Amino acid sequence: MAAATATRFCQQLSSVSDMSPDWTTKEVSTGTTIMAVEYEGGVVIGADSRTTTGAYIANRVTDKLTPIHDRIFCCRSGSAADTQAIADIVTYQLGFHSIELDEAPLVQTAANLFKASCYRYREELMAGIIVAGWDKRRGGQVYTVPVGGMLVRQPVSVGGSGSTYIYGFMDSNYKPNMTKEQCLHLVSGALSLAMERDGSSGGVIRLAAISESGVERQVILGNQLPKWSTA
Amino acid sequence: KSITTIIAVEFNGGVVLGSDSRVSAGETVVNRVMNKLSLLHDKIYCALSGSAADAQTIAEMVNYQLDVHSIEIGEDPQVRSAATLVKNISYKYKEELSAHLIVAGWDRRGGGQVFVTLNGLLSRQPFAVGGSGSSYVYGFVDAEYQKGMSKEDCQQFVVNTISLAMSRDGSSGGVAYLVTIDEKGAEEKCILGNELPTFYDQ
Repeated sequence: MAAATATRFCQQLSSVSDMSPDWTTKEVSTGTTIMAVEYEGGVVIGADSRTTTGAYIANRVTDKLTPIHDRIFCCRSGSAADTQAIADIVTYQLGFHSIELDEAPLVQTAANLFKASCYRYREELMAGIIVAGWDKRRGGQVYTVPVGGMLVRQPVSVGGSGSTYIYGFMDSNYKPNMTKEQCLHLVSGALSLAMERDGSSGGVIRLAAISESGVERQVILGNQLPKWSTA
Repeated sequence: KSITTIIAVEFNGGVVLGSDSRVSAGETVVNRVMNKLSLLHDKIYCALSGSAADAQTIAEMVNYQLDVHSIEIGEDPQVRSAATLVKNISYKYKEELSAHLIVAGWDRRGGGQVFVTLNGLLSRQPFAVGGSGSSYVYGFVDAEYQKGMSKEDCQQFVVNTISLAMSRDGSSGGVAYLVTIDEKGAEEKCILGNELPTFYDQ
């Protein structure tokens, strides 16, 4: 408990004009929940599907899992425009690099490309990105590039506005060396919990499992979401 | 949001309350062993969060008002009465105060009950979490709470939740305090840092 800090705004009857709804003036944001988990032989990534402008849901079936290369994906959270632009740039850079190398690029390379853009333009951008994929050298890897442009590899990572609500669930349910099915179960469970509590996350759950053999994508619709016994 | 993690859970025959023990002023921890579970009456406790001064004052005022009330009616007060007294103060002074109290206890008429009084509302819930650390464990409590848990299960559930929140929230920490209230009375327990359950830590 802290000594009380009071920030008081003057009383207003309404903070935006009633004549135009707030979504005409608010930026498009993927207030979101995204998650990625490593397992033996690959990664499982997942995201919700809601894009908001203020209180209006601009897209309720967004695909926030964006392919960067054959076996490398990124999960986008933050400003929709910023993350799409960065992802397009990195896709180009990585494609070029892979032709020069004449082999599949490393996940670490993709992650560093994201980090380079996010750090250089950190004042202008609002982007939290999780890069995940499979490569021959290190197998399944998850790298997180949060707002600000840091880069760190983690076995499991969550991001977006809904992620705060599932830290406890993730800490208690993640164990090292899980199978692909266990990871899918963990990700879909965590995402549905976050979607339940976070107003900026919702819609359907999009999942993808990336391994040496390729990418398997899946959609879990609203009525098929895992249920929890809450009042 | 306020600094702390507090939780209260109902079980058949009573309630379990839990809290961390950190009090901070800015970045400094001014008290690392504060007991945030305050007595309102023999079998009614409240969990404090938010501004330390505001929360303690509300608890002391309600403690006094409940004492008077219980003498007037000649028996133990209801949990709902205690919660209503807290709610009245929270609502009347909602612009000046910045504290959230969760009221929980046992009475003869309703058994174990948990009431939430955030911002001056009054709502009975099977369990409630509060404080800044609570954001990190909403997912966990939604997933792990089952209706009809036993007393021991509830105690374990509360301890697990507090540990998880303490490991993620910079404003919660120290030791975990637990209070179990049932027909026979209230039992206080303190669980030290090294005895708390540990979870996967990257």
